[in-house]
Amino acid sequence: MTATDNMSARHDSVPAEPNAAELATQGRTEKWRTFALSLPGLALIGIVIFAPIVWLFGLSFLERGGAFSLMHYERLLHPSYLKTFQTTFELSFLVTFFCVVLGYPYSYLMTQVSPGWRSILMMAVLFPFWTSLLVRTYAWLVLLQRRGVINTWLIDTGLIDQPLRLVHNFTGTAIGMVHIMLPFMVLPLFASMKSIDRSMFRAAANLGATPIQVFWQIFVPMTVPGLFAGVVLVFVLCLGFYVTPAVLGGGRVMMWSMQIERSIAVYADWGAASALGVVLLVVTLIILAVVARLFGLQHLTGKR
Amino acid sequence: MADAMKSLPISIRSLTKKYGSFKALDQVNIDIATGEFLTLLGPSGSGKTTLLMVLAGFVRPDAGSVSFGDEEVLLKPPHRRGVGMVFQNYALFPHMSVAGNVAYPLKLRKMSKPEINERVKRVLDLVQLAELGDRQIEQLSGGQRQRVALARAIVFEPRILLMDEPLSALDKNLREQMQIEIRNLHQKLEMTTVYVTHDQREALTMSDRIAVINDGKIVQLDDPQTLYEQPKNRFVAQFIGESHFLPVKVSGKKVLYGRNNIRLANAPVSTAQDQLLVIRPEKFRLLANSADNSALNTIEGVVRDTVYQGESIILYVELDAGLIIATRQPTQHSLLAAIPQPGQKVVLGFDPADTIVVPDEDTEA
Repeated sequence: MTATDNMSARHDSVPAEPNAAELATQGRTEKWRTFALSLPGLALIGIVIFAPIVWLFGLSFLERGGAFSLMHYERLLHPSYLKTFQTTFELSFLVTFFCVVLGYPYSYLMTQVSPGWRSILMMAVLFPFWTSLLVRTYAWLVLLQRRGVINTWLIDTGLIDQPLRLVHNFTGTAIGMVHIMLPFMVLPLFASMKSIDRSMFRAAANLGATPIQVFWQIFVPMTVPGLFAGVVLVFVLCLGFYVTPAVLGGGRVMMWSMQIERSIAVYADWGAASALGVVLLVVTLIILAVVARLFGLQHLTGKR
Repeated sequence: MADAMKSLPISIRSLTKKYGSFKALDQVNIDIATGEFLTLLGPSGSGKTTLLMVLAGFVRPDAGSVSFGDEEVLLKPPHRRGVGMVFQNYALFPHMSVAGNVAYPLKLRKMSKPEINERVKRVLDLVQLAELGDRQIEQLSGGQRQRVALARAIVFEPRILLMDEPLSALDKNLREQMQIEIRNLHQKLEMTTVYVTHDQREALTMSDRIAVINDGKIVQLDDPQTLYEQPKNRFVAQFIGESHFLPVKVSGKKVLYGRNNIRLANAPVSTAQDQLLVIRPEKFRLLANSADNSALNTIEGVVRDTVYQGESIILYVELDAGLIIATRQPTQHSLLAAIPQPGQKVVLGFDPADTIVVPDEDTEA
């Protein structure tokens, strides 16, 4: 400041703040130009994501004639819809639970083995991920059906007399979905486990923690962000899952997404389908909001 | 706090650790007294961190013995050794607050809530973080994290405190401030402390004694002044402080460098004829002429370069034999008035008591 003052005192012809206005204008222009670069992206998001959602939202409040009506929502209170709603949530909870139970130890194993084994374990997770969803689902059908690989083997070894009902029911659907969803649990979990500095465990041991205490009091809490990212990802994907429940459920396990499909394919009722979609979206957002409120928003993005 | 603590001496015997054919620790023997501040100083890969990790229980040596007091601890797991440790990156738990981190070792020891609160408060006061107990770790600056790590390491009154380059992540000013603080804290707590660093100035500032380690061996173990003024060999002289080495011929309490006769205060320990005269840059005085001061050894040379560094000026002087040495002169007015120019002949004087002669390992081997 004093330097400028001295300067202007010595050179009266130079203004107190030379080039200030021009520099400010330049700064503003640059900011707008940078922002303008993102306009195509914003436009695309608006057209592809927001417009359809608004349109869907509008459709759900219109009856066939085009008049405003809550009839699509009123109908959702019918027991058959409530049953579907319940099934969807039960299945999603169960699948998420088993993904945690299987995914957590698996991810932990991945952090403990040598780099060579780690890439083998990683491939075991990713390889199914890269094959077609439909192929994997039908593969489960082959494994689980009445005269499938598993039942045949169990009967041949004499463990059971009658084939187990493993498919076209809740169990089969859950087995298939857990398999499909596991990578979505393992990847964020592994990422968060791998990022933990090992000196944390040494520090805890040094302070007097037994290995079991180190695991539960230091390791597990520090993987919570990854765990929540995985749980939310799997749960939300399960809520809207269609293909696997449709094939492995054999029509006996009715998911919310299948009701949507039926509204359109069987009854050509876009209003009813939209209402179902809106309810699913709202419920999902409520769940995310509750989780964010309870555990902090940063956990959803997997950051610490 | 100090009176409640029962600090213990450490005795390290024949400690050996090999990684394949590489000897990280080679027959290490050290005795550390109760309440002593001992620094392990060495270049990276010298084995100093390995030694600290053996003391903490994180590295299993191949053979040897480590006792805290009368108790052999080498076979004990880390969580039962009762030593406090400050890690290089602090290793603070990000999912706990400052107070939570400091309380953690106390909770593990199943202390009562009031006692935990009391102790956490006391130790946070001690490290001047009394106001920050509720903060999250990520909200702290580097220096504050350093203090939390220190508080957590001493709160459970460990028998021994280990520190692994705890200040290396701090900037210079903060580092120097923390050096003094840690030293004061150590004097207050009288806790046996083993401190690892590669920074020789830090070691000189803080330690009661310094163990210089190289290639897994203790090269010299002495108090800072002895270590600097009387290094036992070329490695120590080179690693601690600046030094130049002049090849000399020893004859009793004199050495011969070229045509210069140099008097020594004490005869060298080694009787070998070819040894090295160690010259520290700050031991030289700039003399007007050779006859200036008969109590000093003198040596002549030609100034090749001068570097002004604020508190001192470094003169690079080429001796007769073509060897260039650095001398450090304080920037007093008399020197500033006539800074020798490159090409100018100068006479350097140094006291016989400031001479160090070390064996030349290259010719010995």
